[in-house]
Amino acid sequence: MTPVLQIKNLQVSYYTDAGRARALDGVDLTLTAGEKLGLVGESGSGKSTMALAMMRMIKPPGRIEGGQVIVDGTDLMTLSEQTMLKARLSKIAYIPQGAMNSLNPVTRIGAQMVDAIKAHDEGSSRADIDRRCKLALESVDLSSSVFKMYAHELSGGMKQRACIAISILLKPKVIIADEPTSALDVVTQRQVMETIDRVQKQIGAAVILIGHDMGLMAQFVDKVAVMYTGRIMELSSVRDMFTDPKHPYAQALIRSLPNLENKGVFNGIPGMAPALLQLPGGCAFHPRCSKVMENCKTQRPPSTNISGGRILECHLYSEKA
Amino acid sequence: MIKLIIRRLLFLITVIWAASTIVFFIPRISQKNPVRERFATLAISGGFSPKDLEVIIASYNTKFGLDKPLFEQYTDYLSSISRFDLGVSYNKYPRTVLELIMDSLPWTIVLLLVTTVLSFVIGNLLGAIAAWPRAPRWLRTFATPFILLQGVPPVLMGVLLLFFIGFKLKLAPLGGAYSTGVIPDWSSLTFIWDVVWHQILPGLALLLGSVGGWTLSMRGMGITIQGEDYVNFAEHKGLGGYTIFKDYYLRNALLPQATGLALALGGVVVSAIVIESQFGLPGIGRVLDAAIRSNDFLVIYGVVLFVTIAVATLMVLMEFIYPLLDPRIRNE
Repeated sequence: MTPVLQIKNLQVSYYTDAGRARALDGVDLTLTAGEKLGLVGESGSGKSTMALAMMRMIKPPGRIEGGQVIVDGTDLMTLSEQTMLKARLSKIAYIPQGAMNSLNPVTRIGAQMVDAIKAHDEGSSRADIDRRCKLALESVDLSSSVFKMYAHELSGGMKQRACIAISILLKPKVIIADEPTSALDVVTQRQVMETIDRVQKQIGAAVILIGHDMGLMAQFVDKVAVMYTGRIMELSSVRDMFTDPKHPYAQALIRSLPNLENKGVFNGIPGMAPALLQLPGGCAFHPRCSKVMENCKTQRPPSTNISGGRILECHLYSEKA
Repeated sequence: MIKLIIRRLLFLITVIWAASTIVFFIPRISQKNPVRERFATLAISGGFSPKDLEVIIASYNTKFGLDKPLFEQYTDYLSSISRFDLGVSYNKYPRTVLELIMDSLPWTIVLLLVTTVLSFVIGNLLGAIAAWPRAPRWLRTFATPFILLQGVPPVLMGVLLLFFIGFKLKLAPLGGAYSTGVIPDWSSLTFIWDVVWHQILPGLALLLGSVGGWTLSMRGMGITIQGEDYVNFAEHKGLGGYTIFKDYYLRNALLPQATGLALALGGVVVSAIVIESQFGLPGIGRVLDAAIRSNDFLVIYGVVLFVTIAVATLMVLMEFIYPLLDPRIRNE
């Protein structure tokens, strides 16, 4: 199957007074149509930066310093500013994190859908645009009367679904959902995730789901990527990741999930995520790693493919290969 | 809705009553008698001092009801204003207060309305642009001089403009509502142009002093709004910068400013007194100023009452307009 999204060596740095912080340090990723990837990692590991970089919305002092984001055959990084505006939403769409405030409070939901379509195709008639908006609303289980409503008249879950409806208006090839359920209660979370699942199947888009909620991830995604200090440490199928994580960081992350057998025991990961301004040499995880070896401190581990289509960045596995 | 309108009207009446009561008693504290004051000025300026002065003063006092007990004067006053009878000017007798107001009001309204609205529009635009990170840098710095000028007191601003632009550069007239010697004729374009010409410096003085205030508060508001999720999501939607600026950013940042506008319109009377005196304009500020100097109670009452009604009405109007701007408070 041809990949619908290819990220190659994507690099983003933030230039602060204290120096250069490498937020994204050479990320590679490939997704095919309909594939769902979960992106997990501690705060500051580069998940949201990656989402913004893919939309080319990194703001100064941040800068995209290299790499490619190829969606459906087009490298977004080479597009002009104007063409990139058109590519947003039509090729690559984003479901926002703070659904509670992501809708303009003073205009109707409909107006916020119409302006999105109009920004991408001027040719359509008003009636046609309205019809497309109402279809999108129905596909996320919202009544078409929401078209005439304001954000404050909707519940949290409805707002998030309205955002999803906006995101799928132009049938994008890739949808990035940045913690789409973080502000919702569990019942609503489930509805929202089911909605995303259904619409992505409808339009056959690849989905990147960013989040902390491993339980939600396990139910929803096909593959999981574990990020640490701007790099993908392990990429595995969801089953492999949860039953047999390979990378010591992934192992620690999975172990830290509470379960019924070891109730009351709290497994964290020792130490703190390093500051991006002064990353440890070699493998960035080595100061916290339980299986640290001598070459971990000096050499960055290469990206290694192991059986089961898993990709790892760890010396434990690069030696075996 | 009807309940709301009735409630607001009651509020309006209460405000007007309270304001007229306060303004009734304040000039009375001075114990000065306007009739006596008037004859005193006459005596100083023209040596006019009839022998039966006391009799004349007493008869005028009776005529104006100034010899009655204060409380009775107050109830008389309340009953007459409730009939929209503002009385006569003691100082410019037999002209009525309403006539004085009506003659001067258009001058004030036109100048202040135009400058306040202009200042609101310019100030808010500059402030919004100053806080908008994607605006060109040169455009964003436009706000700075206005923010600085905002610190200059209106009195000084008028003097500076008069001195440099009017006196030194001779680019604008030094005062008056129109050129001296011209007979007012509102059907003649040259006369109207002459009037507009005379309004430019006072207008500029008001404008330069007030734009910065709007700029500052709008810039603060803008910084908050541009970080809002809906502005970010608008960018994710692939909208162009202009649409985001206009529909998502400016539209929301303007909400508190609209309330500010109604409040500012109340404050303009104060600026009117200063500017009109300085530039010799025959507006309501001058009338009020003259009335306060001559203890012309009824004129003071009339002007203040007029202003109170105007401001309170604007406030109530604003309360009905605001829900149109912000759907979140359309409660009824």
